[in-house]
Amino acid sequence: MLVKHGIAVSPGVAIGQSMVLGAEAFRIPQRFVSVSAVDVEITRFQTALQAVCTDIEENERVARERLGSQYAAIFTAHLMMVQDRKVVDEIESLVRQKCFSPEFAVSRVFRQYAKKFQNLGVPYLAERATDIFDLEKRVLRQLLGERREELRNITAPVLILAHNLTPSETASLDKGYVLGFATEVGGTTSHTAILAGALELPAVVGVGNFLSDVAGADTVIIDGSHGTVIIDPDPDTLARYRASEQEHRNFSSRLESIRTLPSVTQDGVAISLYGNIEFPHEAASARQRGGEGIGLYRTEFLYLDASAEPTEEDHYQSYCEVLRAFPDRPVVIRTLDLGADKLPIGFRMEYPEGVNPALSLRSIRLSLQHLDLFRTQLRAIARAACHGDLRIMFPLISTLLELRQAKMILGDVLEDLEEQGIPFRRDISVGMMMEVPSAAIMAEQFAREVDFFSIGTNDLIQYTLAADRGDPRISNLYRAGDPSIVRLIQIVVKAGQSRGIPVSVCGQMSSDPLFVPLLVGLGLRHLSVTPHLIPEIKELIRKLTISKAENLANRVMRMETANDVESFLRGEYRKLSPESPA
Amino acid sequence: MSQMIHRRTVTVRTEHGLHLSPCSRVAQTAMKFRSRVVLVRGSVRADAKSVLDLMTLAAGPGAELELEVDGDDAPQAVDAILHLFEHDLVSAP
Repeated sequence: MLVKHGIAVSPGVAIGQSMVLGAEAFRIPQRFVSVSAVDVEITRFQTALQAVCTDIEENERVARERLGSQYAAIFTAHLMMVQDRKVVDEIESLVRQKCFSPEFAVSRVFRQYAKKFQNLGVPYLAERATDIFDLEKRVLRQLLGERREELRNITAPVLILAHNLTPSETASLDKGYVLGFATEVGGTTSHTAILAGALELPAVVGVGNFLSDVAGADTVIIDGSHGTVIIDPDPDTLARYRASEQEHRNFSSRLESIRTLPSVTQDGVAISLYGNIEFPHEAASARQRGGEGIGLYRTEFLYLDASAEPTEEDHYQSYCEVLRAFPDRPVVIRTLDLGADKLPIGFRMEYPEGVNPALSLRSIRLSLQHLDLFRTQLRAIARAACHGDLRIMFPLISTLLELRQAKMILGDVLEDLEEQGIPFRRDISVGMMMEVPSAAIMAEQFAREVDFFSIGTNDLIQYTLAADRGDPRISNLYRAGDPSIVRLIQIVVKAGQSRGIPVSVCGQMSSDPLFVPLLVGLGLRHLSVTPHLIPEIKELIRKLTISKAENLANRVMRMETANDVESFLRGEYRKLSPESPA
Repeated sequence: MSQMIHRRTVTVRTEHGLHLSPCSRVAQTAMKFRSRVVLVRGSVRADAKSVLDLMTLAAGPGAELELEVDGDDAPQAVDAILHLFEHDLVSAP
């Protein structure tokens, strides 16, 4: 049994057989064979091995003729590796003595060698691990023949383990068969993580190197609530997780029933719940789950998914689609938050060496320097706002001048639309993200110049604690429960209250049930969360009273470390929701 | 009756150390004999008939390896391996 820790990005527990994704992926159909079949299986392995050798010899011959013997030597070496007596003996003895299927044994033995090579600390040898993975695939391809399964047409449930999944790969996962996934890289706010939440698949990212520790078809547990990946679990662990998997399922189905109930505290104070979305079609699912509007529509996907730059009409159509789900409820559009890790197709921008992209030209800063992009989007928002309560939100505002500049450009755009006689909404509501510490500190001043604040906790934590959210090595610093974060939120909420403008939280923090009582206690009355969490957060709110939440917030304000805050909140949460799986 | 183990020291003289192709030449040579052929570097022992094992020695240029051979054709095997390290694996292609 091997336990790996990563970043929990999509809750729930999934248990099943692993499918390790490489450039080419296979699912190993069975791990064990019956004792009586051992001889047949060994012959099958030997036949497959012979076929691989014939293949490699052919490659060698062609390489020798076309490229010269120097290149053919690579294949000679491959041939020796695949015929390596020690390796062949190990595989055959796993089949003979442990009744492993040849596929499982091949995957195990080759991967053990690959891992050894990766750990020698010699770059040349670490790269040879790639050759070993290549040989593993060659043999598996022979063994599986027509039975080979690829990601696109999986026909049995699997857990996907990969170095990385692109957003499009994630989006195309077949929910009927993919039970969950874990990746070596990525952070809480990577697109893959956000999509996992949207697909409601348990997922863990940023696990670090672990693929060479796992063979195809190993039993794996992915605990997307705690960020744990367990490879080849022992029977006790497996039993414990099976129980909690069942619990989670019961919990989810119970939440269905509270969808239509209002989101109010025990003492009758409404806490509005909105959805955070990536794609227009998610608006309908946010509504179906009891969302009262969209608190954050991230518009970057219009750019990242497209093969060409989206036109004003593309923007307009997407916004109208969201408004169709919420014709009479607030829909907050965040203007482009591009740059750093997100750059659109065809938009090449190189950060000078030594410049940290997260602290450089991104988000509103990029929009203010590429006015064509910015104006196109603002025009579309102003036009679509005729059809509902569409609001504009500027991200990553750091100074008052930046805000004024953005508002001035909006003013210009509205004037142009007026001159051109195009219908638009003049009194459109304009807000800003509170995600840069400088802005949070100056919240009093900002509150006079905008209609609402929305606290983006992801960047706020990253910038306040100077900790990259994508780096698992410093995830001990990147903590929503840090007292500095709680204080900044309090400053922003008080500034909003004193000017009478609404304040919401739209970062991951509001989607974590642990922090909801604290946020309510700090005075927040609007939360924007991952759509599928709306029922769970609502259930929690319906158990709170404002006085208790305020009490809890007061106690947190006296704490000095993130550990103290989070363990206190965990205890309080357990009291409120003793039956929840978290 | 215990058989005598033949021991020698060999030095890796190839430009990049015991990479894939020198390893396969060592293995090819060792496999011509019935004797057990082992190369040792510090605490790592490698079956010289296994390319993958040899690579785990991670032997760079200049590394000194202990050669251990035992079996009925050990003297011939020792000669062949020594010849390989001293003449053929001097400046690898």
